[in-house]
Amino acid sequence: MERYTVTDVCLLAGKLMLQSGAETYRVEDTMVRIAQAFGMDRAQAHATPTAIMFATDLTEPTNFVRIVSRETDLHKVTQVNGVSRAISAGHLDVTEAAKALETIDNQKDTYPNYIQLLAAAFASGCFTIMFDGSWLDFLPAFFVGALGYGLMSYFHDMLKIRFFAEFLAASFVGLFAYLIIFLNLGQQIDKIVIGAIMPLVPGLLITNAVRDLMAGHLVSGITKGAEAFLTAAAIGAGIAVIFFIF
Amino acid sequence: MLAEQLVASFFAAAGFAIIFNVPRQVLFQCGTVGAVGWFLYRLLVLNTVDEVVATLAAAAVVAVISQIFAKWFRTPIIIFNVSGIIPLVPGGLAYDAMRHFVENNYEVAIPYAARVVMLSGAIALGLVFSEIINQMIRNGKWKSYHNKYDRKGLERS
Repeated sequence: MERYTVTDVCLLAGKLMLQSGAETYRVEDTMVRIAQAFGMDRAQAHATPTAIMFATDLTEPTNFVRIVSRETDLHKVTQVNGVSRAISAGHLDVTEAAKALETIDNQKDTYPNYIQLLAAAFASGCFTIMFDGSWLDFLPAFFVGALGYGLMSYFHDMLKIRFFAEFLAASFVGLFAYLIIFLNLGQQIDKIVIGAIMPLVPGLLITNAVRDLMAGHLVSGITKGAEAFLTAAAIGAGIAVIFFIF
Repeated sequence: MLAEQLVASFFAAAGFAIIFNVPRQVLFQCGTVGAVGWFLYRLLVLNTVDEVVATLAAAAVVAVISQIFAKWFRTPIIIFNVSGIIPLVPGGLAYDAMRHFVENNYEVAIPYAARVVMLSGAIALGLVFSEIINQMIRNGKWKSYHNKYDRKGLERS
């Protein structure tokens, strides 16, 4: 049987949270709390969006985990949080905690892809209404938004370069919005485009960046802010290219 | 008109919650946080309050509700924060700014861009504001008085 150490548990928890889009200060906090629950009062954790460092004591060897891919899965963040609470309350020992975390790690997405696509479509349509668009533009935004979100996931899987995927998806949104206006199926292109690009907007990154900055995690806050800025710029450039052509 | 906005913002926030893989049990609450924030913002703007101030107020209220929900449902606060903030993100203005930049109307684009920066700053400030209040409540001296009656009410004292 495999043996788990406290370091394994802490690193796994931290890795899971960081990959699922938690704030870095929460990641560090959770790791230190888990270590403390197992009696390591001087544990040190340092997390940035791309790596975690962890040591169980000041002079103990430092362990390191590289975070390659990041996505948004707040369900996993909540579950790891739950496990950490259970550990702090003394309900789980090291092996049980490691098993619980591994189960979370192997879990699939909470919502199937088509539901997420549908959610993106509804959000796009609703945003068109919220920006004072007419109800006639609801359906165009609905379809263009779904298309934009779907293409974004597709390009992301295919190209592995996030900013370029966002750029391409945004330009397709612009292109199809033009097509819809050209075919006389919609009223205002502005409202359709705004609604349809909203699912691509880096809202979570912005909030995380602000919260990290305020918690004193300047490195993480600035890197996340830069990521959010690049994403926004990629979306803007994608739309801009289409405007430039037509 | 406002009812329509309320419904639209609820579904927009809930839709975003699904995109972010929020646990099913709190989807409805996520939508509610988003709807309350947007409703407050629209209400303030209708009553000729400046957009930046309205955004600040809405963001602060969103953050406070998120704190309460996070305590209540024992989930990380980020779940509610994100869904609540999404409707307030100045996507439309950013779009306008960019469109004018591309069309070489820099004089028109710059004010829009400045507005976007101001609004994003207001959202950030609103979030931080409630965080500070929360910290004060958590670390405040009056907690010792509070604890005496906590949970068990007056019986324990």
